[in-house]
Amino acid sequence: MTPFIQPMGIKARLKVVRPSTGDHGFKLDVDLNLPGRQVSALFGPSGSGKTTCLRAIAGLDRAADGYVEVNGEVWQDDTNDIFVPTHQRALGYVFQDAALFAHLSVAKNLNYGRLRVPVTPQRVPLEQVVELLGLASLMSRQPGTLSGGERQRVAIARALATSPKLMLMDEPLASLDVKRKAEILPYLETLRDQLHIPILYVSHASDEVARLADHLVLLDAGHVTGSGATGDLMTRLDLSLAHGDAASAIVHATISDHEPAYHLTLANFPGGRLSVPQQMRAVGQPLRIRIQARDVSLTLAPQTDTSILNILPVRVTAISDDSPGQVMVRLDATGTPLLARITRKSADTLGLASALACGRVVYAQVKGVAILG
Amino acid sequence: MSAITLTLKLAGLTTVILLLLGTPLAWWLARTRSAWKGVVGAVVALPLVLPPTVIGFYLLVTLGPNGPVGELTQALGFGLLPFTFPGLVVGSVLYSLPFVVQPLQNAFESIGDQPLEAAATLRASPLDTFFSVVLPLARPGYLTATVMGFAHTVGEFGVVLMMGGNIPGQTRVVSVQIYDYVEALEYAHAHWLAGGLVVFSFAVLLALYMLNPTGRRRSGKLGASA
Repeated sequence: MTPFIQPMGIKARLKVVRPSTGDHGFKLDVDLNLPGRQVSALFGPSGSGKTTCLRAIAGLDRAADGYVEVNGEVWQDDTNDIFVPTHQRALGYVFQDAALFAHLSVAKNLNYGRLRVPVTPQRVPLEQVVELLGLASLMSRQPGTLSGGERQRVAIARALATSPKLMLMDEPLASLDVKRKAEILPYLETLRDQLHIPILYVSHASDEVARLADHLVLLDAGHVTGSGATGDLMTRLDLSLAHGDAASAIVHATISDHEPAYHLTLANFPGGRLSVPQQMRAVGQPLRIRIQARDVSLTLAPQTDTSILNILPVRVTAISDDSPGQVMVRLDATGTPLLARITRKSADTLGLASALACGRVVYAQVKGVAILG
Repeated sequence: MSAITLTLKLAGLTTVILLLLGTPLAWWLARTRSAWKGVVGAVVALPLVLPPTVIGFYLLVTLGPNGPVGELTQALGFGLLPFTFPGLVVGSVLYSLPFVVQPLQNAFESIGDQPLEAAATLRASPLDTFFSVVLPLARPGYLTATVMGFAHTVGEFGVVLMMGGNIPGQTRVVSVQIYDYVEALEYAHAHWLAGGLVVFSFAVLLALYMLNPTGRRRSGKLGASA
């Protein structure tokens, strides 16, 4: 809980009980308190209640005894008998499979919601939306003739064109293959960076979440198991997200220099400096970098005669079992948490296997990085 | 008025009334989770299985001078409905009800929840959604309902005979006229009308199948041209 009262933000207290079809019924009981800007992701396995949450926030399903507030606007407050119907909520909703109106052209789909909201100075211009999602050439097409990725872009644009105060996105990439996903992700990033509309994003794909989300809510069996900044949550060893092959940490760095001769870009963050593959961006630009736990090895002393460029002094903050042969080590690089997955034998050899190792300074050798944006 | 114009007038009026009544009824049947859905659905479907004479008989009794509805219409100053054109319309509406309600219900059901929810998230009120999303998407269903309702009313005989009688210009429709011709052994006249009905029915059904391609086929054609 934050010690101060946030005047803006997304608050949602929701209870949904659904009679079961299987052995036990589904029960959702969450109390969300999210920042009123940037991207917050609801992350969890299928059936954990992510979509139920989103639908209840949109008012598509009515949660019992619920409370929903978005940046000061109360959408539902059952103690005071307030329930604003969905069509009166200033939200944009992107469904998993786009849900375009089959009888309307792309242009008419885009205008459907836009023409139903009052003209205000804060309105997002349609031209900007069309350009942002690269739809200019599709305007006269019918939804049936679009590819999955195009449909999803139209759906996102259609929701944006209503100038929503909150975007709700229900696994917008889940129905797409890897190639189409890669085609849409940059659009979503632009959206996040250029429009100041808070986005609540539902996903069960950790790579999407790592790339897009600033804030993360972990859901499991209808309950919140963790909530916080993406970088923190992804490296919390008590959560499943920080285990397994995909476990990784996020580093927010700033481009400090380029080394064109080596096709490298240098990026600074409080924990040190990283060499990354060359980026076509100016010095001073932010860079979001993912470092996978399996790409990080540890040494007790800094190595000099090594091919590895990125060596960071870090402090061990926690150690936890991962797989039978491996342990996950949580590291602190001056405020930025990192993860290293090393073998149990290495941990024993380096004297890192016990909790006593916490606080020790070691050197993290980073073998590879991925640029997220 | 000739039997043909009378028949067209009856079928046209019946179809319009049925579309107006059938839309909310079909919508309710398509969307409700009420336990009454089964009961109402069965009542709507009754004319499909009942002999028209049974419908006609009960209508005659109910609308007649001693029937509950008959007493009501008399008290309201409308007089009695049996053996009048309005009475025929009432009978036809009941008789052709399933032929309009069922295609509409199917159309509404096939639209599903998602377009409605999408419209709601795009600020469309439920009524707005109905006119801007549901009606256009249900267009094939409306076409079927209109054609079937009209054609089925043109073909009715039993109900008309039971409660409409055979009053020229008022209740003598084509099907009854054919019956009269046959009774009077005027086969040539009967042939003209009967053959006309066959041609009409075939034309109507042909138009229905040609005008009602599936949405998928239509969008596929557009895709090829785009």
